[in-house]
Amino acid sequence: MTVLDHTLEELHDLLVKKETTAEAIMKAVYKRIAETEDKVGAFITLTEEDALEKAREMDAAGIDPNNILSGLPIGIKDNIVTKGVLTTAASKMLEDFIPVYDATVMEKVEHAGMISVGKLNMDEFAMGGSTERSAFKVTHNPWNLAKVPGGSSGGSAAAVAAGQVPMTLGTDTGGSIRQPAAFNGIVGLKPTYGRVSRFGLIAFASSLDQIGPLTRTVKDNALVLNAISGYDEKDSMSYNETTPDFTAGIEDGVKGMKIGVPKEYLQEGLEAGVKEAVLKAIETFKELGAIVEEVSLPHSKYGVPAYYIIASSEASSNLQRFDGIRYGYRSPNAKTLEEVYVKSRSEGFGMEVKRRIMLGTFSLSSGFYDAHFKKAGQTRTLIRRDFEKVFEDYDLILGPTTTTTAFNIGGQVHDPVAMYLSDILTVPVNLAGVPAISIPAGFSNGLPVGLQLIANHFDEQTIYQAAYAFEQATDFHKEKPNL
Amino acid sequence: MKNIDVKEVRHVAVLSKLEFQEDEILGFTKQIDDIITMVEQLDEVDTTNVPVTTHGLNVSSVMRKDIATPGMDRDELFKNVKTQQDGLIKVPAMIDNGEAGA
Repeated sequence: MTVLDHTLEELHDLLVKKETTAEAIMKAVYKRIAETEDKVGAFITLTEEDALEKAREMDAAGIDPNNILSGLPIGIKDNIVTKGVLTTAASKMLEDFIPVYDATVMEKVEHAGMISVGKLNMDEFAMGGSTERSAFKVTHNPWNLAKVPGGSSGGSAAAVAAGQVPMTLGTDTGGSIRQPAAFNGIVGLKPTYGRVSRFGLIAFASSLDQIGPLTRTVKDNALVLNAISGYDEKDSMSYNETTPDFTAGIEDGVKGMKIGVPKEYLQEGLEAGVKEAVLKAIETFKELGAIVEEVSLPHSKYGVPAYYIIASSEASSNLQRFDGIRYGYRSPNAKTLEEVYVKSRSEGFGMEVKRRIMLGTFSLSSGFYDAHFKKAGQTRTLIRRDFEKVFEDYDLILGPTTTTTAFNIGGQVHDPVAMYLSDILTVPVNLAGVPAISIPAGFSNGLPVGLQLIANHFDEQTIYQAAYAFEQATDFHKEKPNL
Repeated sequence: MKNIDVKEVRHVAVLSKLEFQEDEILGFTKQIDDIITMVEQLDEVDTTNVPVTTHGLNVSSVMRKDIATPGMDRDELFKNVKTQQDGLIKVPAMIDNGEAGA
């Protein structure tokens, strides 16, 4: 047992009682990173000197007993801009980009007294589900180094699972927090769209993107969400209401809670061990007093096609800003202004990013807009209505997070359609804008299985309450990979 | 290819300000064709009188108050600029053989 095996609350208690220091915790973090990073490869950038300096300052000033996260280490996905610290989005396009401002979440991280330890690997511009599409390095799953950590927040999830850092921030556009959380046996939440400011998040698909926390336990997760939520005038879609305390009522249990299990989420294509774990989880919730019944989200299967049109269209527009002029990669081979644009983009972006820009540009082009983009937007409405209808009668929706456990590095099919279809259980949540969590629910072939809990807009508290009850009734979150 | 041909893919590349090797164009044509085939599943969805959803939330986008605040420091902003001269971003000539050899 090391200091890093503690929950955030326990770490806070140790700090307040002066049984440890922020500096000692930070040193333990970098020691663990030094021991495991060769195998895992979760980080693109480490900011050790700065983090230790901040920890010492925090110790000198005294830990605020009312500020539970003060002095504690956090890792940041590399598509969240950090003032003065390299921010690459795992792309050659931004290989030397040093932001001159902080994302709003970074201001909140600092305000809460958390200390950033570095920037985490991901799929380039958050496009992918394996972190293999990083321009810089491959991240390995701590449970089995031959497996992917999932993605796009693969570094964020692997770092927590490997015990390198107790909490990280990821981003979720179509499942990019929940799927890696599932593959790594940890807790990852995509908040309601609008809950957490997107200002300073390098945009992928603006109507879907959300920043959220990855942690080892449910309560840790709620504590981080407390710190990063809230209205921000710099995000035009920010939710302008008071943020609740997400830990309030977390111990109230699930007795009488109504949970719907969409029949579409347990259909063919599910790995046997994943299905078994989810069915067991349903029994656990029933034993805890919840009412669990089958429901239907009839438009689920249209989620993936609608998502790939919408997300790619928005991406093709958002990524127009990368033109090689004001910042980012500029091709040394460009002789004219047009060549600066074309060659910088062609040499700076990876293949998956280019594929999505091409698909999005095609979907938005004259003659195809109505056939594809408009139709996808209408289907999105129907998917949202499916959720609204279930939430008229149910508090939560339960299902698997992914159809399989983590797959082999390099083993992913090279057929993009098959790859995209693996997001079938996560993308409807983003299209509807509702919040969802993935929590550890067992193992299949020695790899973690994630259980997904989905709630109505702005009802993260119910998610945490149910997830906490499940966590207390099970031991899956106590399992750790052997590294 | 039934949804898109090589010529259209080349055109989309021009619109996207991207250039590809010929074998990449062929690869993309097949992949985008496959993706569009998948997307055509949406044709079976009855969307009569269904409005388009464009946001993650059922609220409208708002503008912040138009209050003047200090902008970012110029030197800071130029830190990520590759080539500059006299406080301006320097880029290759916009017009080939332009007036006065500019």
